[in-house]
Amino acid sequence: MTELRVEHVDFSYSVKQILYDVSVTFDKPELVCILGPNGVGKTTIAKTLNKLYIPTAGKIYIDGEDISKMSRLDIARKVAYVPNSVSSAFSMKVLESILLGRAPISGYNTSEEDLDVVARIIDLLDLDELCERDINQLSAGQAQRVTIARGLVQEPKVLILDEPTSNLDVRYQMEIMRFLKDYAREKQIIIIMVCHDLNITAAYADRVILMHMGKIFADGSVQDVLTEENMKTVYRIETKVVQMDGLTHIVLNPL
Amino acid sequence: MTGIIPSIKHDDSKVSKEKYAEIEKKIEAVRFREAYSSLKRHRVLFIVVAAVMMILCGMYAITIGSYTITFSEVYENLWYWISGTTPPDITKYHIAAEVRLPRVLTALLAGVGLAIAGTTMQGMLKNPLADPYTMGISSGAGFGAALAIILGFEIIAGGGIVINAFVFAVIPAAIILMMSKLHTASPTVMILCGIGMMYLFDALTQLFMITAHPEDMSAVYQWMVGSISGTDFNNVLVILVIVLAGSIALQAMSKQLNVMGLGDESAKSLGINVENRRMLMMIVLTMMAAAIVSFTGIIGFVGLVSPHIARVFVGTDNRYLIPASALVGALLLIVADIISRVVIAPNILPIGVVTSCIGGPLFLFLILKARREAWA
Repeated sequence: MTELRVEHVDFSYSVKQILYDVSVTFDKPELVCILGPNGVGKTTIAKTLNKLYIPTAGKIYIDGEDISKMSRLDIARKVAYVPNSVSSAFSMKVLESILLGRAPISGYNTSEEDLDVVARIIDLLDLDELCERDINQLSAGQAQRVTIARGLVQEPKVLILDEPTSNLDVRYQMEIMRFLKDYAREKQIIIIMVCHDLNITAAYADRVILMHMGKIFADGSVQDVLTEENMKTVYRIETKVVQMDGLTHIVLNPL
Repeated sequence: MTGIIPSIKHDDSKVSKEKYAEIEKKIEAVRFREAYSSLKRHRVLFIVVAAVMMILCGMYAITIGSYTITFSEVYENLWYWISGTTPPDITKYHIAAEVRLPRVLTALLAGVGLAIAGTTMQGMLKNPLADPYTMGISSGAGFGAALAIILGFEIIAGGGIVINAFVFAVIPAAIILMMSKLHTASPTVMILCGIGMMYLFDALTQLFMITAHPEDMSAVYQWMVGSISGTDFNNVLVILVIVLAGSIALQAMSKQLNVMGLGDESAKSLGINVENRRMLMMIVLTMMAAAIVSFTGIIGFVGLVSPHIARVFVGTDNRYLIPASALVGALLLIVADIISRVVIAPNILPIGVVTSCIGGPLFLFLILKARREAWA
């Protein structure tokens, strides 16, 4: 099982410090959701995990190897990153866009194995109908599913997603979350997701990391992290946390 | 069967291993495979058709010129050249083998080189308006040529316009590379630096031209509109070596160029060292474009329009787009060469003017006819 270890990481954009002494370990096949208000450093920590951002202090290790010393290709063979949105100057077919996810693994030519992996993911995410469409013809939600598919065909040990359900309707949000949770378990991979929806997180996350002012404020199970006190401290909102049918529900009190 | 995503259709949340196995067995039936095969067939077909058209047009172009010489005589004399046999008519031999053949080969190689440089430039900068001259190559070359023509200044004694144009074509790109190294090799930084270099060298050229003798000014102008006449086999050989080496290098990086099209962040997370790769591509394409420009002058539009024309037919996968675009570029220049010799024969129109005149309307037509989504 892959282990991703973050040790005392700081990160600054020029003079503004975003992350303060963040330490966290991911070593189980599970769906981890990172929550927190805007600007708290959720995306920043996600981007440091595959060297998109270089920490100003601290180290990140994948299976004991310091990622600052690893090549981008070696990292890409273990960690996939799914951005919130992707723009392209030139349009391309959905199937080509997904196939690009195989770049770190395959050579110059597209192999039969590449096609097998992509075909399987297309089937799993029900993208068959979109295969021949141009990516610029897709709705935001469809494009988001294509981007997730591209991350999955990379066959990573760690999959990082930045708000992957932000453009999806509630049905797709739930289906994608359930799919990711199952996928993590089935493929024995770590899925780390930056998320905003408290109830979706409560329903599907195996583990929740709540961030506050550039630090990890709470880390643990849904029941341990999504408490009324934590919501009040981090989001400055009044909530009622209800346990119903074994699930945690966050009821928001209007401001 | 109430769900949207097959793997999570069941009411229970567990996706069983049997389910994955079942899906894997069904892979052959997935529509994706058919779509991929069809796309590949379509692309290869276009490349083959374009290659055949280019060869036929090239063969015809050798038979065109102000000196009257029949089709069969042209190829008889080319055979004498290939086999090393002494030709019965030395004038016809000279026209066919030593004037027209190098001219057509120059058109072919210049078309290939400029089109590949344009395709790479547009791909790596994610900008459909980029062409080999975006980095100030043409402005630098123009300035170098103006120095040689107006002031008689030569960087290497005896090197003339060619060496001046080559060196000054490379200088703006070298400055941009240094700036990128000091700042960041992002597409925006590179384009802005390129525009800066372009204005600077254009202004310097104009400064010399204001004070130039009318004959020199005319010579500079002639050079700037481009010409493939007057090249010999030595020139062709130099262009061939540089274009061939550059094309192989850029074709080898074409898959990485595809990934870079997703944006720097996505490309980095897919294992590409984006800044280094972009700088390497720029060095290669600059050498290619500078070598061509130094022999032919500034032939505009081919580098810009060829990738767009090819993109309409083969899409954006650079593994196919680069060769397709190269063939379109060669075809465009060969056809332009034929037209430039026929329209006001025995006089010759500047090839740069003809490429723009036929490429412009053709491009507009394709934009109107093309799928609306071909350009984002």
